[in-house]
Amino acid sequence: MLYAILCYKDEDVVAAWSAAEDDAVMERLGRVHARLERDGKLGPSLRLLPTTAATTLRKASEPPLVIDGPFAETKEQLLGFYVVDVADLDEALGIARDLAAANPGGAYELRPVLLYNPDPRPPLARPAAG
Amino acid sequence: MTSPEAVWLASSLAAARPRVISALLRVFRDLDTAEEAFQEASLRALRTWPRTGPPRDVAAWLILVGRNAALDGRRRLARQVPLPADDGLPERAVSDQGLSDPGLSNLGLSDLEDAETPLAEAIDAQVYRDEILRLLFICCHPDLPVTQQIALALRIVAGLSVARIARAFLVSEAAMEQRITRAKARIARSAVPYGAPGAVERVERLAAVSAMLYLVFNAGYSAATGSERSVLCDEAIRLGRLLLRLFSTDPEVMGLLALMLLQHARSPARVDADGEIVLLEDQDRGLWRRPMIAEGLALVDKAMRHRRPGPYQVQAAIAALHARARRPQETDWAGIDALYAALERMQPSPVVTLNRAVATAKVAGPEAGLALVEPLAGPLQSYVHFHGLRGALLMQLGRNGEAREAMRRAIALAGTPAEAAHLRSQLDRLAGTGAAESEKI
Repeated sequence: MLYAILCYKDEDVVAAWSAAEDDAVMERLGRVHARLERDGKLGPSLRLLPTTAATTLRKASEPPLVIDGPFAETKEQLLGFYVVDVADLDEALGIARDLAAANPGGAYELRPVLLYNPDPRPPLARPAAG
Repeated sequence: MTSPEAVWLASSLAAARPRVISALLRVFRDLDTAEEAFQEASLRALRTWPRTGPPRDVAAWLILVGRNAALDGRRRLARQVPLPADDGLPERAVSDQGLSDPGLSNLGLSDLEDAETPLAEAIDAQVYRDEILRLLFICCHPDLPVTQQIALALRIVAGLSVARIARAFLVSEAAMEQRITRAKARIARSAVPYGAPGAVERVERLAAVSAMLYLVFNAGYSAATGSERSVLCDEAIRLGRLLLRLFSTDPEVMGLLALMLLQHARSPARVDADGEIVLLEDQDRGLWRRPMIAEGLALVDKAMRHRRPGPYQVQAAIAALHARARRPQETDWAGIDALYAALERMQPSPVVTLNRAVATAKVAGPEAGLALVEPLAGPLQSYVHFHGLRGALLMQLGRNGEAREAMRRAIALAGTPAEAAHLRSQLDRLAGTGAAESEKI
């Protein structure tokens, strides 16, 4: 079954990393990613820019209201997510533990996926990562 | 390699720093005390967090522990003075020592230690915002020379070590220590406004702080070679994000952050292997940092929605048009020309007009560019880029004698050997068509 692993963390902490520290975290995560990829467990994953770059469309009013910033002001922000293909929650938790060891602090929220639409564009039209 | 936990601990302390120092400053009204209290709280965090795990609210923990440590220090000091027999309470002595938060001096120390609700949570978002703004505003005190403003902001708010700041400015650690001490003394002597700012005051502070952040950025950006100084650009961007978190709907703050990101994105391509500046037209655009460009472009889009243009937004929009061009030939020079014209109206200056002339020459030809450049001869007679651009435009018009003369004057005014070398190579290929445009915007 598919699980989304939503990555929450204080973005100020991430912003305080030096480029070398950021690279070190990405390299440690990269080792976990490589293993998941080899085992055919890793679906799409992405890392988001800071919430200062976010815009929110609130649908409660008519017409919907566009506001600056993230949907919710929280201590920890949604910074990215993974989709993983696992047998059960235990396996998903195991992956989250491995990711946590590579990138401590914050929280991972594990949510079973209800509907999954793969990227419909041909591979050539897709942007290269970061 | 430091362990992931150590990195996480250090970056958590760094992230909480502006909030904690500004809260402690509000309590103690003294930069040194606030800084020392933060240091003490950080040391205790390093000792206890690995064992107990991090607290739920890192900043609140640090504020509480830092405040208690500073109060303990003052209590010890007070004990060295004999107390009246009927006044054994150290808290009174503490308040007599000049502790200025009335609510706080009424609390017994045991209350502070047991406090279930940390002070920080009781402070609403508005107070927190004004506190951090005040901390940044103190650093741009008008009595302080620019170099002291920058050094103070890097030390107090960003938390860079004195050694690191000294390396960035190519001075000795002792000299930098002295510069910071002098700046702090000057602030301690002047009246710092601790009351809640009014709306107009808040806008004025925000403008002063924005200008200071851009100074920090430019101090890093204009460095002869990348290396140590680029840390100033990183810190300015970090503080810019902090400012935008506090003023999330202010389009000029969005513009400032976008401008810094879009300029800094080019830094890997700005200097060649020999340490020489590479002009925008000649840069390898594949080296530009795409995530910074994406963030900058998103911020420009967000700012434009507000339809309240300002100088930072316009400059960011110009940088955005450069960033969107995959190749120099794809640059929207007409758009850049119009944006410089808008900037000229907002902030009239010969340098802005000179930059506009670059775009005008691209759109309407060298003659039109030169027509904008010639009237600037008075105010810009000792400005290297004036003579450089004038020389390049004259060259394009085939007026080679005048072009040579202008280039020679530019070379004589060049600030760095690299700049002189670049101009000389232009002089050498006088028949060429390259424009000596200002690389920066």
